[in-house]
Amino acid sequence: MAEPVANAAAPAPAPGRLRNAFGGVLCAFTLILIGVLAFSIRLFSVIKYESVIHEFDPYFNFRVTQFLSKNGIYEFWNWFDDRTWYPLGRVIGGTVYPGLTLTAGSIWWFVNALNIPLSVETVCVFTAPIFSAIASWATYLLTKEAKGTGAGLMAAAILAMVPSYISRSVAGSYDNEAVAIFALVFTFYLYVKTLNTGSLFYATLNALSYFYMVCSWGGYTFIINLIPMHVLLCIVTGRYSSRLYIAYAPLVILGTLLAALVPVVGFNAVLTSEHFASFLVFIILHVVAFVYYIKGLLTPRLFKMAMTLVITVGLAVCFAVVAILVALVASSPTKGWSGRSLSLLDPTYASKYIPIIASVSEHQPPTWPSYFMDINVLAFLVPAGIISCFLPLSDASSFMVLYLVTAVYFSGVMVRLMLVLAPAACILSGIALSSAFDVLTRSMKFQLSKLFDDGPAISGNGSPNGSSASTVNTSSSKNEKTEKSEAAPKEKQSKKNRRKDKEVTESVSVKPKKEKRLSVLPLEASIVSTLLLIALGGFYVVHCVWAAAEAYSAPSIVLTSRSREGLHVFDDFREAYAWLSHNTDVDDKVASWWDYGYQTTAMANRTVIVDNNTWNNTHIATVGTAMSSPEKAAWEIFDSLDVKYVLVVFGGLVGYPSDDINKFLWMVRIGGGEFPHIKEPDYLRDGQYRVDAQATPTMLNCLMYKLCYYRFVETDGKGFDRVRGYEIGKKHFKLTHFEEVFTTHHWMVRIYKLKPQKNRIRGKLKKLKSQSSKTSSTLAAGRKKNPWQ
Amino acid sequence: QVDLTSHIVRVLTSLKVENAGSEPVSKVLLAFPNIQAKNLAAIRAFGTEGKVKGLSSVLPIEVVEPSGVPPELTFFSASLHKPLQKGKILHLDVLTVFTHFLQPFPEEITQADSQLVVFQDSSHYLSPYPVKVQTLSIRLPGGRVESYTKYGNTKLVDSELKYGPYEDVPPFSYNPIIVHFENNNPFAVAKELIREIEISHWGNVQITEHYNIVHGGARLKGEFSRLDYQSRPYARGVSSFRHLIARLPARAHSIYYRDEIGNISTSHLWSDSKKTQLEIEPRFPLFGGWQTTFTIGYGLPLQDFVFSADGKRFLNITFGSPMEEILIEKLIVKVVLPEGSKDIDVSAPFPTNQWQEVVPHWTIDN
Repeated sequence: MAEPVANAAAPAPAPGRLRNAFGGVLCAFTLILIGVLAFSIRLFSVIKYESVIHEFDPYFNFRVTQFLSKNGIYEFWNWFDDRTWYPLGRVIGGTVYPGLTLTAGSIWWFVNALNIPLSVETVCVFTAPIFSAIASWATYLLTKEAKGTGAGLMAAAILAMVPSYISRSVAGSYDNEAVAIFALVFTFYLYVKTLNTGSLFYATLNALSYFYMVCSWGGYTFIINLIPMHVLLCIVTGRYSSRLYIAYAPLVILGTLLAALVPVVGFNAVLTSEHFASFLVFIILHVVAFVYYIKGLLTPRLFKMAMTLVITVGLAVCFAVVAILVALVASSPTKGWSGRSLSLLDPTYASKYIPIIASVSEHQPPTWPSYFMDINVLAFLVPAGIISCFLPLSDASSFMVLYLVTAVYFSGVMVRLMLVLAPAACILSGIALSSAFDVLTRSMKFQLSKLFDDGPAISGNGSPNGSSASTVNTSSSKNEKTEKSEAAPKEKQSKKNRRKDKEVTESVSVKPKKEKRLSVLPLEASIVSTLLLIALGGFYVVHCVWAAAEAYSAPSIVLTSRSREGLHVFDDFREAYAWLSHNTDVDDKVASWWDYGYQTTAMANRTVIVDNNTWNNTHIATVGTAMSSPEKAAWEIFDSLDVKYVLVVFGGLVGYPSDDINKFLWMVRIGGGEFPHIKEPDYLRDGQYRVDAQATPTMLNCLMYKLCYYRFVETDGKGFDRVRGYEIGKKHFKLTHFEEVFTTHHWMVRIYKLKPQKNRIRGKLKKLKSQSSKTSSTLAAGRKKNPWQ
Repeated sequence: QVDLTSHIVRVLTSLKVENAGSEPVSKVLLAFPNIQAKNLAAIRAFGTEGKVKGLSSVLPIEVVEPSGVPPELTFFSASLHKPLQKGKILHLDVLTVFTHFLQPFPEEITQADSQLVVFQDSSHYLSPYPVKVQTLSIRLPGGRVESYTKYGNTKLVDSELKYGPYEDVPPFSYNPIIVHFENNNPFAVAKELIREIEISHWGNVQITEHYNIVHGGARLKGEFSRLDYQSRPYARGVSSFRHLIARLPARAHSIYYRDEIGNISTSHLWSDSKKTQLEIEPRFPLFGGWQTTFTIGYGLPLQDFVFSADGKRFLNITFGSPMEEILIEKLIVKVVLPEGSKDIDVSAPFPTNQWQEVVPHWTIDN
């Protein structure tokens, strides 16, 4: 893995000045290598595990792709899925971002048209690696627009293996983000390209690329807010030009029209608040354009008058529009903001009001270590990149800086959006490294040539040898250093690197200024800093390969653990899904917490009550309530939903921490949000969540507890839960309304069946009949009463 | 002699046929009740003439409907290679294999119960000819025998049940017997098996087998408790089976075992120069009535199976499944020939439905 990078890193500074054919070929060759690198570093999951779809959402995307490839595009748009959200169902065609599915579907169609019999699954597994290769090429283009080829290659190489992106695009991770990052970077590239050239052709392409992004991911709102921000920035800093107008106006008009074509977006493209900034900036841009136009026509005196006129009119129009918008927004129920967007603007919003968003781990704010884990040394290179962007500040480089700043903010709100930060960090680090190398190599060259020139004049034959020896030294020690850095243990490296990074940032920040005046550094200093930079790169490569191989390749449906006897495989999820799919009736409904909804529909092909597309909070709350109710009440809720089987995930036997008991508090919270008789404090003992002997009776009697720990005590006689690390509270109990029908090998998934209602006893029925008038009324009252209220 | 040790009933009938009539006889009629004939999977007859048991030869067998016989019987006739002269004696070994013959009773059992099955047959050999001396021995799998029909000379020794000898039994005599016994052997039934045999020019025969397996024994009633299954696997869950063994040809390679949701990691493989033995465990133990599907695939060297003669090439390969003790209800064999194959001719030892279709493929393999 490391070799292509070393290749990429070595020529990177050179092509900036090699403006000949050789440079072009080298550059293309390097790009191909970068693509191969980006693809192959993501194959660890296939090699270490198997070619399988990962995690939760990818299973849904996979299922949609299967449907698309089987039934065609028109069926797909009209697909009403009755396998999920029972009894509501879900209109898939209108509620899904179709970009990924259509992409994979057309790849599959194309490949099959060539008579290569690949299965849909294979295509889906490898879509993400393919698109990350393309994304790294897009990064090259974008960075090249801002800072030249060298920086472009550097950034592409860095992006090809940035852990943050790898985490979302390993083979099998078939999720929207996989293609969306490419679309994001490519849209930015086209925007910057238009900004640099002022070509309408690129502007149109930009709108199309934006359309693809809208198709692919809800994160397109980032684009439609970032670009207006940049336009505004340009206007405010007096950088307005006709190129800016061409870059922006077609994007808003065409882009919005195209975005409205995507069923899931539709009129949201003009109605929700996420898009208003772009329209506002659109108006401002026109006003500014008008002002500039008038300025060209009129004499300064007249211009001043006209200026005041335009500004007053413009302001009036702006206010009117803003007022209308405010009125519109205020009339819409959520104030025009979706919950996720609100939680972006106010990071505490979700945890206060929408537990369902807060319950997802990838919506939590990241911790500091996760920054180091995900972007590693880039975090230290980025400031240098920002400085380099200001020398000199162009439209393109100001865009980079703006992109980075906003992305940093968003990544601070949600772990998930670290992904948006990754390309920005890569681009800026690429710029930083490239300009650092540029300065260093130039000064080295200069110094050496000076030595060559001065040498013969001062001391006949001594110094030329010395200088040539030193060049040899540099090249050889470079190689040595890269090798060393790859081999050296990590702890040492990280410590060292922190120090180095400080040096690097300082040196980078100081050097370019010097370069302007002197463009020379002392030879020794530049050699040492080059070596340090290469070491830094080596450390980054080692970290990325480690992250790709160890941290981010697990498919999460198959777990492995290493023990002394060797690798142990936990394949319980698929065992359970296979059992469900073969041994239950095809129309049976399976209730589980929503995390497992997508997998159940995709792998077991059974109807689920709720799934990972959490669009109906009430429905999820109903399931949450059932899980946190006592058995009888839960049975009634499930029976009213026509549920036949209940599936719980239990990790207590083998120590699998993300099981339903650990998620249970969220069920209580979400359930309690809709049905007030579920109260969170009832499940907590002195504010602590526990299931041991100290736990509250409500906790020990709820369905989730019972289903998880049913007969658990008989395994070891004590009921020791390995996740929680203590013995469970209530050990011996029986189930009256549920029966165990299947438990997987490691007990990780347990499936229960709802027992059919018992027949009424004859005598009782007669009694009821005799008191007919009375009972009928009470019965009716009982019927009417909602069982879970 | 009846072998009831597995869920497939194998009956080996050794007959000593004497031509008591005057005319030479060229055919021997074998009779089965219709209910049995329905479950008959295979019938094979070997005949040797004369006193000494020498080389036996396979006799062709066909279904016949002679006149003047009860309609409840199905007749097969084994044609002899040469007519049997008057007074001559012929040794005839008839091997019959029945499926779905053992009825589980009770039909639903709990996890802790063991599986009891019922076998029904006649203690007399059903034949259109008079029988002089006849015995019946039934081999049981061992374990508990719930009940069996007792006649005068019935003996149960260990796991062998003996009826007879009976002497001078008239034609078409039927003497029903019922044996109710414990049989916990895997009742693996493949509801459908699709075998794809793909021949590539590049020296490889790729075989892919899609199984849809069901446990054909007594259905599981009530709960399945993993706890009981794990703590006392022999007492609780004795009627289930958890693995199947496939005997693949020698030099099988690139073996995989998966189902539609991915690789199944529970399998073992042994191989030597004679055979390759693959033990596969389905994702979950199969109890009565439970189903599962899986796919196994393997590659075989081309030169072991394809021979060429007269400018033509012949593929000689096993028709059925390599699994042991498995009953296949529906078998589809697809043979994918290389592009441009012509003059396709198939010979199978029994009648099959055949069709051809052209599917374009780009074969990319070694």
